[in-house]
Amino acid sequence: MTAPVVQGSIRRRLLLLQLCASVLLAVLVYFLVQSVARQVAQQSQDNILTASALSVIDSARIVDGSVMVDLPYAALSMLDSITDERVFYAVRLGDELVTGYADLPRPPRGAARGSAQLSAEFLGEAVRIAAVTRPFATDLGRNVLEVSVAQTLSGQRQTLAWTSRLSLAVGAGFFALTVVLALLIARATIQPLDRLTASVSRRGPTDLRPVNAPVPQEMARLVTSLNGFMARLEASLNRSEDFIAEAAHRVRTPLAVVRTKAEIIQRHIHKPENRKAMTEMIEAIDESSRTAGQLLDHAMVSFRLDSLPRDRVDLQALMIDAVERIRPVAEIAGMRLAVGRSEPATILGDAILLQSAVRNLLDNAIKYSPAETRIEISLRQASDGIRLTVADGGPGFPPRGDTAQSSASNVQSGDNHAPPGASDVLTERFTRGSNAAGVVGSGLGLTIVQDVVTAHGGRLILDNTPGGGACACLFFPSS
Amino acid sequence: MRLLVLSLVLSLAAQALAALEIEDRRLFGPPEAARQLRILSTTDIAIFAPRIESYLSLTPDLAIDYVVASSTEVMKVASAARAPFDLVISSAMDLQTKLANDGFVRRHSSEVTRDLPAWASWNDMVFAFSQEPAAIVVSDAAFADTGIPRSRQDLIDVLRRNPERFRGKVGTYDVRASGLGYLFATQESRVSETYWRLTEVMGGLGARLYCCSSEMIDAVAEGELLVAYNVLGSYALQRQDAGISIILPSDFTTIMLRTAVIPETATEPALAGDFLDHILAQAFGDDPSLSVDRWLSNSEMALSRINLGPGLLVYLDQLKRAAFDTEWTNAILQD
Amino acid sequence: MRFLLIEDNVPLAGAVVDRLSLDGHVVDHAGDLETARDYVATTSYDMILLDIMLPDGDGSSFLTHLRLTENRTPTIVLTARSEVSDRISLLDLGADDYMVKPIDFAELEARCRAVLRRRGSSASSVLSLGAIRFDAASGVLHAGSEDIQLRTRELRLFEVLINAPGMIFSKPALVDRLFSYDEDVSENAIEVYVARLRKHLAGSDVTITTVRGLGYKLEQT
Repeated sequence: MTAPVVQGSIRRRLLLLQLCASVLLAVLVYFLVQSVARQVAQQSQDNILTASALSVIDSARIVDGSVMVDLPYAALSMLDSITDERVFYAVRLGDELVTGYADLPRPPRGAARGSAQLSAEFLGEAVRIAAVTRPFATDLGRNVLEVSVAQTLSGQRQTLAWTSRLSLAVGAGFFALTVVLALLIARATIQPLDRLTASVSRRGPTDLRPVNAPVPQEMARLVTSLNGFMARLEASLNRSEDFIAEAAHRVRTPLAVVRTKAEIIQRHIHKPENRKAMTEMIEAIDESSRTAGQLLDHAMVSFRLDSLPRDRVDLQALMIDAVERIRPVAEIAGMRLAVGRSEPATILGDAILLQSAVRNLLDNAIKYSPAETRIEISLRQASDGIRLTVADGGPGFPPRGDTAQSSASNVQSGDNHAPPGASDVLTERFTRGSNAAGVVGSGLGLTIVQDVVTAHGGRLILDNTPGGGACACLFFPSS
Repeated sequence: MRLLVLSLVLSLAAQALAALEIEDRRLFGPPEAARQLRILSTTDIAIFAPRIESYLSLTPDLAIDYVVASSTEVMKVASAARAPFDLVISSAMDLQTKLANDGFVRRHSSEVTRDLPAWASWNDMVFAFSQEPAAIVVSDAAFADTGIPRSRQDLIDVLRRNPERFRGKVGTYDVRASGLGYLFATQESRVSETYWRLTEVMGGLGARLYCCSSEMIDAVAEGELLVAYNVLGSYALQRQDAGISIILPSDFTTIMLRTAVIPETATEPALAGDFLDHILAQAFGDDPSLSVDRWLSNSEMALSRINLGPGLLVYLDQLKRAAFDTEWTNAILQD
Repeated sequence: MRFLLIEDNVPLAGAVVDRLSLDGHVVDHAGDLETARDYVATTSYDMILLDIMLPDGDGSSFLTHLRLTENRTPTIVLTARSEVSDRISLLDLGADDYMVKPIDFAELEARCRAVLRRRGSSASSVLSLGAIRFDAASGVLHAGSEDIQLRTRELRLFEVLINAPGMIFSKPALVDRLFSYDEDVSENAIEVYVARLRKHLAGSDVTITTVRGLGYKLEQT
């Protein structure tokens, strides 16, 4: 199966976009809070300064024709109530200084309700100045009395430092909150997709039912396509399976009739040469039915390999079952099947395919071993992997160079004394060992075995035993 | 060029010093010391000497030039922006505050100043190292029959009932001449109406006006006066003359803060800061003789501490001052 | 043995019936499931040979039905399907074994024996003749005081002979029973196994007699 080309992630993209938005909003909130706080701080400072100036202007009287200002104690002390502030004031009638700091800058007049504010530098420090004015009648005529009160900014700075920290905290908190929300939103958005993925991947390879669970509108077309695709696939698979089964039936039934009739006829023939001819005929029938069987088996194996299920398979039970099933055939051939070491072992895979592989190995062993010999089957679970070995007393695998060509394959040779490359060639379709003449077999058996083992991540190791017999081993490395 | 500037500065400094009416002066430490710290102060040498000597014992190769002048003179020099002093110590906390407010003072911040109580410093510019009460000093003999008065009201009652005994024998600060007297008077007038009643009573008795606390105490000790009102308690308590009583009025006792500032023109601001930290550490330390609370041993008093801050600027306003002077003069000079 | 053959292909069924009869078995043939159910209901069989693709249903449903009615008659499924496609399910449904068509009758015989051995039916398991007893399940021959473990070909030959004492088996017939067709054996091979069996039976009251020109038979002396 080819892995999909992965580019990006919807969840990541969603998160990224939302995080970008969060950062933007958090920065916005930070500046907003700070600007509002700054304004409020400025406003409250202005209010206090104006109140102070008003209390001064309220104390203004005409005494003996000139303006007297009785500076209220609180007018200045109130400006210093929370933080130490330098305070300045100026009382002016028209442009004449009545009392206070002559150089104190004057805020531009004309603001509503007679109060005006100004930020300026005075006596080496930044100050905020508030001024109030009132028309005043003196002996010299009407004039405008103006009171300015100024204050340094350490309190405001303190407030701003605090609001700065506050707005930073608010911004950070906002960001944290939106991050959490973004995560939740991304998860919630992806969830239907995740659910669909989970429900599809949870299925076995053969489960091709349509997806019926409700999905969001945006995914409806995807699911429709998916369902359509699966329906077509199922139909196609069914056709393949039916075809193989039907083909087997069509081929085998007539063969069965012919073979049975041949056996009956054989019973009634007494002339040795005729018997020999009939025996050859039965052999030919067997060969063709066996070839047909293996071809169909191979088709079925290939078909199943496309959708290999991953079930837990008890190899030990599977091996013993296969041995017991083939034992009658071995008996006819006069061979003894012996189960040697048998250790519990399980692998993930397709039990039917594995069974087919083991049976083919056993078939081969029986087919190519002389009568009255012993076939030993063993199953070992070692640290590097599982080995299922079938060793026979036959002629062993042919030495290298007997067969025409070799090609790349996953099969590997075992020990040094084994003919290297033999197994490569043996498992090629339709190739039979050169020393197997006279034995019915299509040569497809080992191909099937190798396909199955490879699909399960293992290797087929063909080797000769020290006694000269063939030794085939299914090796599944532990991963 | 630099030499020219330097000589100009030196000559200006010399002028400033020359313009200053020095009351007293002493050089502490070795005269040939590498560094010199110059202090302008309103505090008598005797009172301040222990603090200087303890500092010099810790700091070798330093001389301290200690110059005493009146608070008005101090203000004049300091606000001229060319005072050749590194530290200005004054009992006139209003003037000190104004110096600071008007930008003639350096900010100073250190471990010590950060630990000060809020009332003891203003704007990292003005630092209080002593709290001193305004006291009434009386002759014991004059009150033998009536008993020593405990409050202003007691005093008013006694003075009213015995006008012939006290006529011409009552003294107080001339607030027009004394910065400290003006500070006490304005703050008391703010706190209570009793001040004006007492002032009028004293005026009716032909009160004599003085420039300084010491003179008033001397006058009481010598029998020239029977009552001296608003005398600096610390001076009186330190003298312990026989036959006189020092009263910290039980209705309220005005507490003045003796403060120090580092002028903007200081040539040794770091040294001045270090010395300031030293005297502040002593004032807020364990030694009772140098403690900020030394003169406030009687805890039953209703203390009315004058707060540092821009409020003090109010009575320095020329109009305000003129108005107050007028009112006060009307009350005290009834002839 | 009495067989029930359930097979809808008439030529094949006829051939199988003929072939099994040659070996002396009795075979009933049912062409569909309904007939098969009738047979099963009335007759007791030693073995059922069941084709799975039948006109009136699936062989597996018949098998399920059979096992549900507590009928435990050994069943071998005959299938034309690929080996890997559906044998597991058939075995799960209660078949004892299965064979892929075309049928090798020697193999069928071997499988029948194996099935019966697995079932451990004592009746067919232990046979006796004269003083000897033969346990077909374990392949042990009790002759005189000795217990002899027979080896595969000896065992099969002895099984054939003791199942029909006194019956004469020709050498070609025995070859057909003992060897599969893809083995290139001469009739002399039979003589080797007969000689071994005679050695095991020496000293008992049972012998293998040569009937000149016809073959061998097992008999009590």
